Amino acid sequence: MTTMNFELTRVHWLKWLLVSRWPLFLLRVVMLAGFVLTIVAGLVGSPVGSHNFAIIFVWIAWWTFLKLIAIPFGGRAWCAVCPIPVTGEWLQQGGLVEPGGQGLGWGRPWPKRLRNIWLPTGAFAIIGLFSSVTLTLPRVTSGVLLGLIALAVVLSLVFERRAFCRYVCPIGGFIGLYSRLAPIEVRVRDRAICATHKERTCVIGNGQGYGCPWQATPLALTQNTHCGLCMECLRSCPRDNIAVNVRSFGADLSQRAGRTLDQAYFGFMMLGSVVIYSAVMLGAWGNLKTAAYNVGTPAWFIYSTVLLAFTLGVLPGLFLLAVWAGRALARSKVSLKKTFIAQSHAIIPLGLMAWVAFTISFAFAKFSYVWPVLFDPFGWGWNLFGTAHLAWTPYLSSATPLLQVLVLLGGLVWTSIWVRRIAHEELPENLAARQSLPIMLFCFVYTIGMLWLLVG
Amino acid sequence: MKSQISSLKPPISRGLVTTLAIGLALVILFAPVPLTLAAPQERHFRIEASRYQYTPSVINVNPGDRVTIDLTTTDVVHGLYVDDYALNITADPGQTTRLTFVADKPGTFTLRCTAPCGPVHPFMVGKLNVGPNWLLWRAIGIASIAALAGLWVFKR
Repeated sequence: MTTMNFELTRVHWLKWLLVSRWPLFLLRVVMLAGFVLTIVAGLVGSPVGSHNFAIIFVWIAWWTFLKLIAIPFGGRAWCAVCPIPVTGEWLQQGGLVEPGGQGLGWGRPWPKRLRNIWLPTGAFAIIGLFSSVTLTLPRVTSGVLLGLIALAVVLSLVFERRAFCRYVCPIGGFIGLYSRLAPIEVRVRDRAICATHKERTCVIGNGQGYGCPWQATPLALTQNTHCGLCMECLRSCPRDNIAVNVRSFGADLSQRAGRTLDQAYFGFMMLGSVVIYSAVMLGAWGNLKTAAYNVGTPAWFIYSTVLLAFTLGVLPGLFLLAVWAGRALARSKVSLKKTFIAQSHAIIPLGLMAWVAFTISFAFAKFSYVWPVLFDPFGWGWNLFGTAHLAWTPYLSSATPLLQVLVLLGGLVWTSIWVRRIAHEELPENLAARQSLPIMLFCFVYTIGMLWLLVG
Repeated sequence: MKSQISSLKPPISRGLVTTLAIGLALVILFAPVPLTLAAPQERHFRIEASRYQYTPSVINVNPGDRVTIDLTTTDVVHGLYVDDYALNITADPGQTTRLTFVADKPGTFTLRCTAPCGPVHPFMVGKLNVGPNWLLWRAIGIASIAALAGLWVFKR
């Protein structure tokens, strides 16, 4: 498959902007300030979520921005400026801007057994169980953010580099999975140059840049999952051999190297949880909302069991059945496990589009809450710029259903392309089509289910 | 084996399938829907709001119907906003608030609570169906074509 690339780092001023440490540092400081304001607002502000900066900015503004813009177009760009790990990273590196400081911490290697994304999968599942509470109570949102920052600091002081971001953060897992679809990448220009560069400054660092905080080796980088777009390799490469490229959407899906069972399961966790969230938050079933909110009650335990069983059992089980049927139809000799893992990566576009479609209805309906809390972040009745009393009004409500339909159908087409392509990696064209049929049936049924939940 | 595979190859070209699929999708998307023959009626609904649900949660009317909703609440103050119609009422406990309008826009519309009624208030919704949900049926039709076309057309 051919890909269309344009190297952004060939543009002189853009490269200067990316190599310079100050723009990134300033962005991180701004994000950190916003993060602190969010935590304080959640702790001391109004307990009414729609009047509190913490709820509105985290779950309406930021979460929407992440899913609709940052991930689809920028991959892990958010991770480069994310305020959660920066405190720990600054302590670990012993400096705020330039390398060379005396850092703190043990710098121990992350345990080999945990070098996967099973932990983020578990963390996302736990967040899902408490999502109705987290999304609506400002203090809980602040508590979650404080917990994440504390965990990130502790792990930065115990383990080397960004172990938290790569192996623990549930949001990092979400972003990493879907960053494969983004039209931006950091890659080496000429692999032969790297092969002769024994110092590997991109890995260990030098006076110009830190060694890759994500513990990635640029030479071996074939997909975005573990690239935080921090540009340290761009700074530390003495041979000017690192490029930032604009490429076609979803180019990483053709890479076989990153197809693992943990990534596959995280994909199902995402695919399943967006169904449950759509039912709870956008459905007209009050009992379901009450069950999801009343943590610790028998109804909540039933809700939790259904959520976990659906995302981690039913959905992957049905997909496994589809893959098994496809293999039987195509008389494929490739193992069931290998085919399951490979094909589960073909449905990444469907998962992202399902999240985008869900977010469209959720965010557009609530976005007008942003203006009042912008100048009354604590919900104390301030009216600094006359926006505090702007009435709530849903945006684009007439266009929302059509947009959701188009997004979901786009995801289905996008996924169908990759189902067929991945099947064709091991099988001749017509047999690949046979193998793809049951998998496409799975994707079709899933899409119809989401359509029913969102516009039905 | 090779001859068997060749015999399974589709006899029509990728371009033709693409054109057919797009054409069919456009037909499904823009095909005029059958007009409702039922004469407009007076429709009356009593909706009971409680944390975090409307009962009934879905109301169905025909395009052109004159709809009257009596909103009551059993616990705290609740609101009822009809998306796209931009109509809004609130009801206090023990009181009934009436909303009357002509359902002149076909489609499915979300009913939202507009009075902060508790932590899960942002998710308190119901549905108003004015006529059949053609968007959903069209979407299902296009999804079928999209899935098949995606398999057929984009082989590599």
